[in-house]
Amino acid sequence: MSAPFDLKDDHVVVIIGSGAGGGTLGNELAQKGIDVVILEAGSRYEIPDFINDEWAAFQQLAWKDKRTTSGTWRIATDFPNLPSWIVKAVGGTSVHWAGASLRIQDHEFKTQQTYGNIAGATLLDWPISRAELDPYYDKAEFKMGVTGTNGIPRLPGNNNFQVLAAGAKNMGYQTYHTGNMAINSQPRDGRGSCQQIGFCFEGCKSGAKWSTLYTEIPAGEATGHLEVRPDSQVIRIETDASGKVNAVVYADKTGAMHKQLARIVAVAGNSLESPRILLNSESAKYPDGLANSSGQVGRNYMRHTTGSVYAMFENPVHMYRGTTMAGVIRDEARNDPKRGFVGGYEFETISLGLPFMAAFMNPGAWGRDFTSALDNYDHLAGLWIVGEDMPRADNRVTLNKNVTDQFGMPVVNVHFDDHDNDNAMRNDAYTKAIALYESVGSVRAFPTPPYPSTHNLGTNRMSDNPRDGVVNKYGQTHDIKNLFVSDGSQFTTGAAENPTLTIVALAIRQADYIESQMKTNTI
Amino acid sequence: MRLVDKTTRVSRRRFLGTSTATVFGTVAVGSGTMLLDPKGAWAVTLKHLKPATMATLIQMARDTYPHDRLTDATYAKAVAVYDDNAADPAVKKMLEDGTASLDKHAQAAYNVNYVDVGWEEQRAGILKQVQNTEFFQTIRGGLVTGLYNQHDIWAKFGYEGASADKGGYLHRGFNDIDWLPGKTAEASEGSKS
Repeated sequence: MSAPFDLKDDHVVVIIGSGAGGGTLGNELAQKGIDVVILEAGSRYEIPDFINDEWAAFQQLAWKDKRTTSGTWRIATDFPNLPSWIVKAVGGTSVHWAGASLRIQDHEFKTQQTYGNIAGATLLDWPISRAELDPYYDKAEFKMGVTGTNGIPRLPGNNNFQVLAAGAKNMGYQTYHTGNMAINSQPRDGRGSCQQIGFCFEGCKSGAKWSTLYTEIPAGEATGHLEVRPDSQVIRIETDASGKVNAVVYADKTGAMHKQLARIVAVAGNSLESPRILLNSESAKYPDGLANSSGQVGRNYMRHTTGSVYAMFENPVHMYRGTTMAGVIRDEARNDPKRGFVGGYEFETISLGLPFMAAFMNPGAWGRDFTSALDNYDHLAGLWIVGEDMPRADNRVTLNKNVTDQFGMPVVNVHFDDHDNDNAMRNDAYTKAIALYESVGSVRAFPTPPYPSTHNLGTNRMSDNPRDGVVNKYGQTHDIKNLFVSDGSQFTTGAAENPTLTIVALAIRQADYIESQMKTNTI
Repeated sequence: MRLVDKTTRVSRRRFLGTSTATVFGTVAVGSGTMLLDPKGAWAVTLKHLKPATMATLIQMARDTYPHDRLTDATYAKAVAVYDDNAADPAVKKMLEDGTASLDKHAQAAYNVNYVDVGWEEQRAGILKQVQNTEFFQTIRGGLVTGLYNQHDIWAKFGYEGASADKGGYLHRGFNDIDWLPGKTAEASEGSKS
């Protein structure tokens, strides 16, 4: 049962976004008896609404509103108005994610110390350590039912995983398995076990995969302390004479504007929309946007060093059957500068259906070289590279004031140039992945460029020193005490691991902090 | 392993791949024209484009994304939308100028129109000369969904599409690979790092 709160109710916490960060924070606060309004730009779909059809699901769920791009990344050429592949719907990108739930490694919290000074990169140590976050990782893994933790068995490996595992063995890798997945391998938390449907990216039809849509959000609503308002796109956050935030202005689907008063505002719209909202909230008091006295809002946009390798075999694989991300090899995730780059990467299986393979395997390619690969679609195995990319001050999300959306709000421009370290890492991963598949008998390999970004990180960096970043170790903005950031934009650096588990752990921790600060009336 | 049946089950849709403009038929229909495949397997009704323009687009579609197991009906379906789009005079001009430029290149090199150039490699060579034009990029980009999102061709690629309504693949071959050495690959239980 949701609890509708009045627009003039100024005691509520307003959270912008209902994904892994916002949805989790909303439920955690509601469980503590704190009243929350979540404003979600997208519509609310439930499990029966999901579609096992790549383009139809993309039309239903993806954030398709225009964005612009610049920089030397290939996305700017192939998908100039689609820099990221994330969700605009209740549940956010937790509807689309594949479920991989890996903890960030200890050294990845202190990359400046560990990697040293890397020219052209703005490495910085996180203001928190792995040890400090571990208790919250424990809570996140329990909440999400991550396989390989809490005594939860790992999932069975599908065909795509079995090819990967055979190659991993041949390569001498030591740590490979079907992953730590927030996908039920047995019934748990009122949800059934995985039916190996595939279509993890299109919304899980069985509900076996954790998403805030059908876990955190209904649990929060059941307390009577959480209201989720879909089709509510935030335009700006307002401040009072003292400089604290006190209201959020949003557009409903008809374009009508509303103002929700707030005691606290938490921004969780992902690394593109969160800085967009902060920057668009400029005022006489905050001429550069909110929480931006450092000039850091929008900077250090990271997207992981990614890429895929698909490999063709004499015999069929049917990689699309079963979970999309069906297993992981962790050996390359170490930091070993002898490889010619700092940081590391994970290998994780991936598969795309025929329609998305045609669109993403080699965007722009045509002719028989390309189509002969698709002719053998059912003989392909595939993996995805997820590696740490170097933060760069000029890899940056800015407002494009020349282009506005349906509500007249400037869209974001996403500028990205790969660092030499990113390119060296990607090439190393391509070489090793091709060798891995060749060891199992692959006859032809396809090193596939990065897709529109699914792991959007940075842009509201966490830092000890207010000059270096936007938020402190609790995601509280350095400039404004009652303004928080609760999504992946807080990440100081990207690490090699899929970010959702860390976003959830940080949200649980932030909820504890917000509660303690409210109790002492600090905010 | 459970394999996907890739055979064509609708025999009337069988069609020779070497289609040329001279074997297409046309018939007047109301205010438009109908472009007919000579064996009657498919037809495209035209309101805005000349039959020769549509015939060139169909051949160009096959040459851009050639799949020998797909009939011309599939390619015709993928580009049929351009007749509707040609209601916009600017689009119509782009399409007619674009196909005319293919014919011009073909005449210069082979003394025939594009659809009558004999070898795919030769036609692909012509497409390479125009691949950076708005015309080519529009047709190519449109085909990515116009062709590959036709659900009835998926089985020919061994792709099965929706599975939730069939109970997923849990009992339908998600792990039935049988040609790997040792079959069951060993997965190590790595430490949680």
